[in-house]
Amino acid sequence: MVEWTDQERSIINGIFANLDYEDIGPKALCRCLIVYPWTQRYFGAFGNLYNADAIKTNPNIAAHGIKVLHGLDRAVKNMDDIKATYAELSVLHSEKLHVDPDNFRLLADCLSIVVAAKMGSAFTPYVQAAWQKFLAVVVSALGRQYH
Amino acid sequence: MTTLTEKDKKAVRAFWSKVSGKAEDIGADALSRMLIVYPQTKTYFAHWKDQSPTSPMAKKHGITVMSGVADAVTKIDDLKGGLLSLSELHAFTLRVDPANFKIISHNILVVMAIMFPTDFTPEVHVAMDKFLAALALALAEKYR
Repeated sequence: MVEWTDQERSIINGIFANLDYEDIGPKALCRCLIVYPWTQRYFGAFGNLYNADAIKTNPNIAAHGIKVLHGLDRAVKNMDDIKATYAELSVLHSEKLHVDPDNFRLLADCLSIVVAAKMGSAFTPYVQAAWQKFLAVVVSALGRQYH
Repeated sequence: MTTLTEKDKKAVRAFWSKVSGKAEDIGADALSRMLIVYPQTKTYFAHWKDQSPTSPMAKKHGITVMSGVADAVTKIDDLKGGLLSLSELHAFTLRVDPANFKIISHNILVVMAIMFPTDFTPEVHVAMDKFLAALALALAEKYR
């Protein structure tokens, strides 16, 4: 089981309490599709992803970014058992969506960059450590049900 | 994964000219972040009296690393050739596990996002990520 200090819990809850989902979600997903273009393979039905500008203005991508970010809410509410909380989501990503679990790590890195840019100097090394630890647990849980 | 296109090189040079004035701050912040967020990296610095991430040694080392990056920008057309002696240093003397190059690169990108939120666009991000990956490969060239 993952151990969280009170400080870590407070950092994670604090970030999500002040998170602008409509801003951060789209930015993180767009960045992932631009920085790691092979991730576009999962978005064939989303319309024009031909270049960075097309990706940034694609409303389907924006909506999906918000959806994915809200997907983290349940992990925040259940930090003591993220593995169980995401068991179903993991099966979905494996059996239905067929997403290579390495992509979770790529999106997590982009999310960290976008949150860092938003928070500026408030994204201290200690905040970064807690944030990345949280995302690592999420990524691990999402990859757990792959067989 | 590592051929830098002319577009990449142009983006790296352009962004670098914007941020090079802050190179020392970037290096120091990235290094201290690495020591805190990835504590296993502290194993390389057991010889420092002051192991804390904000120690003068940590700051100086961040500056050293970043001046290596600055040098690499000038040698972007031939990283393998230009970084030969640095590669030998890392291979034979320092013997840093190359997995750690990814770690310091990530932290450099995080610091760039913090310090230059509007300039560090996704397009700049991908060019810098590719550049740092190519740099890491050039550094690992002499390992085996």
